[in-house]
Amino acid sequence: MKLSARAGQRIAKTLIWAAAVAVLAVLLFVILYVLIKGLPIVNWGFLTEIPRNMGRDGGIASTIVGTLLITLVAIVIATPFGLGTAFYLAEYTREGRITRIIRFSAESLAGIPSIVYGLFGFIFFVDILHLRWSILSGGLTLAVMILPTIIRTSEESIRAVPDIYREVCFSLSATKWQTIIKVVFPSALRGIANGVILSVGRCVAETAAVVLTAGAPLRMPSSLSSPTRTMAVHFYLLVREGISMDNAFGTAALIVILIFIINVGANALINRAMSKNRTR
Amino acid sequence: MFEKGEEGRLAPGPALGPEPEPEPGPEPGPSSGSGSVLGNGINPRTRAVKLRTRAVNLYYGDYHALRDITMDIHGCTITAIIGPSGCGKSSLLRLFNRMNDLIPGVRVEGQILLDDQPITGKPTDVTMLRRRVGMVFQRPNVFPMSIYDNVVIGPRRHGVKQRLALDAIAERSLRQVALWEELKDSLKKQAMGLSPGQQQRLCIARALAVKPEIILMDESCSALDPESTMKIEGLMLELTKEYTIIIVTHNMEQARRVSDMSAFMMIDEDKVGTLVEYAPTLELFANPRHQQTEDYITGRYG
Repeated sequence: MKLSARAGQRIAKTLIWAAAVAVLAVLLFVILYVLIKGLPIVNWGFLTEIPRNMGRDGGIASTIVGTLLITLVAIVIATPFGLGTAFYLAEYTREGRITRIIRFSAESLAGIPSIVYGLFGFIFFVDILHLRWSILSGGLTLAVMILPTIIRTSEESIRAVPDIYREVCFSLSATKWQTIIKVVFPSALRGIANGVILSVGRCVAETAAVVLTAGAPLRMPSSLSSPTRTMAVHFYLLVREGISMDNAFGTAALIVILIFIINVGANALINRAMSKNRTR
Repeated sequence: MFEKGEEGRLAPGPALGPEPEPEPGPEPGPSSGSGSVLGNGINPRTRAVKLRTRAVNLYYGDYHALRDITMDIHGCTITAIIGPSGCGKSSLLRLFNRMNDLIPGVRVEGQILLDDQPITGKPTDVTMLRRRVGMVFQRPNVFPMSIYDNVVIGPRRHGVKQRLALDAIAERSLRQVALWEELKDSLKKQAMGLSPGQQQRLCIARALAVKPEIILMDESCSALDPESTMKIEGLMLELTKEYTIIIVTHNMEQARRVSDMSAFMMIDEDKVGTLVEYAPTLELFANPRHQQTEDYITGRYG
């Protein structure tokens, strides 16, 4: 049977629409399910007390602090290295053997399962560098894990800046560095920020790599060299050990909310930075 | 033709660097000049030579783009480079501010002299050169920032930080392109929101803000409507009081309308760009010496 162009158009439109709705439905279901099951558990005590009795009682304050600190360490370390690599690849070197090697390495790194990063971090940071199970070890491991994402998204958005901007900037007798800082970087900022925000989400949600490098104690971390349990690890242990499904859902709900807050906050920050760049 | 003519001109502010002083003096060109004169009654060849090229050859890797270009460009005049597509007009223009340097594998032979100082070769301070030789591109390409930031981006890069100095530069540059009255109350607005004609004038202001001596315009009107084109041509005539302007154009009428000197380029049998004829515009259009020139300006050639 031969379809008329019009019927084909209608069917294609329906299928595409259905796909979009299905994705949205799954997403909404997951988030709503977690929030409905988890939010009633969340109260002031849950947020401010450390876990007691393996996590059956008390709150999850120490895991929130641990999550934030590990993510912070990872982002603070990975962003400069990732950006530097991206600018090197996009601006300072011609396509050739070296760029191919760097890009191939970065892409291979991106494909490695996180538990392998965990193993690497355990051997290298925890054992060889004697950092022990600590926020620092966990953060460094996550930094290595998110580096490829930051490099790729940054490089793409740097390359997306039209070449004519660079030419104009050079023609105004700016140096290469000034061109990069004042024209290329601000134009690429949104793309770069998206990569970093994506990476924050991965850090907050990471379990396997963290449990092997930061440990899983329940007490409040006192410094970057203290071991800590992150929210994701806490959730995993509560469920797997069958300790408390209620508290597990409460933790999951807070992870979702935390990622949401970080996304919104980061976007607001970027918008402010961009509008400041415009008017100053 | 030029609405804000009188206000558009502004004496250069103090402490903004020395002005390029054109020294009028007899300077015989390669061929004898005849009765052709500038709009203000001066023969372009009596103006001091600002820029000389001597047997310049340009290669992109193995590709020979320009052959033996020798020409003298006179100060405070408009020189038009005309010729069919692919004859190397833009390549020649981009030699004057070393924009070809951005292309890998580029090689230049021969000499280019700005005020008798060579600007080819390694020792040249390219950044300094580009301060003296500004450029306006084919399409309006304002940066995604405010109008104000667009204008002062050059001076800011050169270390001008004081608000008052920057404000003065912005006003002077915008007045020079007759945009000040239109835009003085919306300097904080996004430059992207302007019309293409305004954007291109803003780009000229941005180039002027650096206080160059020479302005290169690479088909800078080709993306604009006739009215904006007229405005920019009016500006160019106004700017020759202080600046040397070199334009590349496909539009022969434009070359005839605004330029004092015209250079006609062609690709020769080996597909290399050469300078066929270079003469005062009136002369070149009235009495072309070469058959190729005549064919081109009478429209017998693509």
